[in-house]
Amino acid sequence: MRVMKALSLALTASVALTAALPALAQEMKDPFRDAALESLKGKKIAYLPISIGFDLAQAWGGVVKQQSQVYGMEFSSQDPNWSTDAMAQGFTALLAEKPDVIVTQNPDMQSLARLMKQANSQGIVVVQLNMAGAVQTDAVVAPDFIGMGEQIAQKVVEKCGKGTDTSHKVALVQGVLTGGVSFYQVQGIEKVFKENPEIQLVSSQAADWDASKARAITETVLQQHPDVCAVIDVWDGQGVGTGAAIKQAGLSEKVFFITSGGGAQSMCDMLKDGTFSAAYNYNAVGMGRDAWTAIMVALQNKQGGGAIKTQMYSPYRYMTAADVKDGTCWNAEDYAKILR
Amino acid sequence: MPGSLVRQFNQERIVLALTVLLFLIFAMTLPNFTNANNMLSLLRSVAVLGILGIGMLIVVLGRGVDLSMVAMMTISVAWSLQLVNTGAGLGTALTYGLLFALVMSLVCGLLIAYAEIPPLFATLAMATFVYGFGRAYLITGTDVVYMSNDIGWIKFLGQGYFLGVPMPILVALMVAAVVWLFLKFTKPGRFIFAVGDNAAASRITGIPLRPTLVMQYVMSGGIAFIAGLITATSVAAMNTRIVNSNMIYDVILVVVLGGVGLSGGRGNVRNVIVGTLLIGVLMNGMTIMDIQFTVQNVIKSLILLLAIVADSILNPRDEQTGQQGDI
Repeated sequence: MRVMKALSLALTASVALTAALPALAQEMKDPFRDAALESLKGKKIAYLPISIGFDLAQAWGGVVKQQSQVYGMEFSSQDPNWSTDAMAQGFTALLAEKPDVIVTQNPDMQSLARLMKQANSQGIVVVQLNMAGAVQTDAVVAPDFIGMGEQIAQKVVEKCGKGTDTSHKVALVQGVLTGGVSFYQVQGIEKVFKENPEIQLVSSQAADWDASKARAITETVLQQHPDVCAVIDVWDGQGVGTGAAIKQAGLSEKVFFITSGGGAQSMCDMLKDGTFSAAYNYNAVGMGRDAWTAIMVALQNKQGGGAIKTQMYSPYRYMTAADVKDGTCWNAEDYAKILR
Repeated sequence: MPGSLVRQFNQERIVLALTVLLFLIFAMTLPNFTNANNMLSLLRSVAVLGILGIGMLIVVLGRGVDLSMVAMMTISVAWSLQLVNTGAGLGTALTYGLLFALVMSLVCGLLIAYAEIPPLFATLAMATFVYGFGRAYLITGTDVVYMSNDIGWIKFLGQGYFLGVPMPILVALMVAAVVWLFLKFTKPGRFIFAVGDNAAASRITGIPLRPTLVMQYVMSGGIAFIAGLITATSVAAMNTRIVNSNMIYDVILVVVLGGVGLSGGRGNVRNVIVGTLLIGVLMNGMTIMDIQFTVQNVIKSLILLLAIVADSILNPRDEQTGQQGDI
């Protein structure tokens, strides 16, 4: 009897539910969407990288601009063209304009530190890209360069370390000594090499981000040490020169050449044609997305600039020629167009 | 007479002696330094610097200076590469690039010769203009323009060998030879010396002063394009960022180091070669020794100062040798 009652109750309930469903669907609303959209709408984002002319900055800015337009935000950008002074001036001007968000990139640890602190205290959200300055702000979006340096060195140890039938000789081509991308990677690399004393670092030279200098240095190093086992370059844009020297010395097969970069098309091309043996790709488009996420978190929570501070370590991956497929890398020109 | 012996030691000879001394020291202390391959890579690493130095020489001889060379070479060649990447034929692309360099330096020359703007300012402004215009309208994408692998014969200039000698060295030698012949045996070449030595007097004697000035800048623009081709084809890319580097000072350095007078009319291709060789030996040796980059810069500038101090002690300036407008 009780079973029958329960059954009929369930039946009535389900009939009633089925009848009510279409009406419910019409009224069903995402209760949080309006508030979220409202917190984004009309907000001003100012983009100030060290230069807008290079692939990484184009991808970061391109992604953020595209999204900001979708949500009815105002996006403006400035191009200091590699001048730290112009960048600091631009930042100072932004403090007066009071945008809601500043997305910037530290040229070094100190140059923008005071200005970023000031921006935060004015309630402006500050997102730092690719390299952390001396001040922590709402978000730092960057691969963990020290960790990546360690991994690069680990790969080299695998190829040239203890137990391998090689010379254990490694050459390192740095960028600008004070630049964070170079400095932190080298820090990680040197730490691992210290733990693996059989690795012999035969050369550690700075090429100033200039492919021609990297080529000249590597050519000389290869003359001195034709039995070198691995070469590391801290940036793929400079690595074209390093790779060209290895190739022209006819050592592409013997030397393990590893570098890193943001995964623009040139990186895939170089992996494919053997200029690079391997590369760590920290996907700059993905970093743009991380930056956009950080902006959404900060604006929707309305806690004001600098209330929550996060180091957002962007993912990176190890790639060889085998990982290169159509569309693995992105085309800088596409993002440059968005920014223009 | 010891006096005249000392007089023989002009800056070129001092720098040459310094180069030989450094060379001997490195040869004795560094393994494989005198190895033939290392010698070739030494020469090759300064080939572009040497070519630019020779272009600069032509201008400096006429008592000018061309600060726009690096911008000129970068933008014109990067544009050529970009044209190829977007489907233009190699010949067309190169012609456009070369024409761009020539037209821009023609404008620059006209400003200097006819509007009488001091070369320092005219070329500085032109460097900024060429770079800005290039980045805004010609190379609108990324600031590194990559060369496609199947670009054709031009690749040979940067990566090829002729009788075992890398092409950049041969191109540098060819440019040096042509400019040497031009300066020594042609009328316009001789005019440059006259104009640089004393512009007013040369004009009175009937030398076409202003056209000669314009010609110098056009020549340095064309030479900058050649240097750019070598740079780009060697590493399969043209990085326009080098406009922001201090490369142009390195070019002036090799010219001045070799003993070319910035006051014009004094110097020759030989001086530039000597200056370039010193830098080449120095950089190569320091790379082999794995000296830190910042320390390398200190050493480089100390050697330059040493050469200048030695010159000013051995050849003191006086009212006759010093000219108004010396830099």
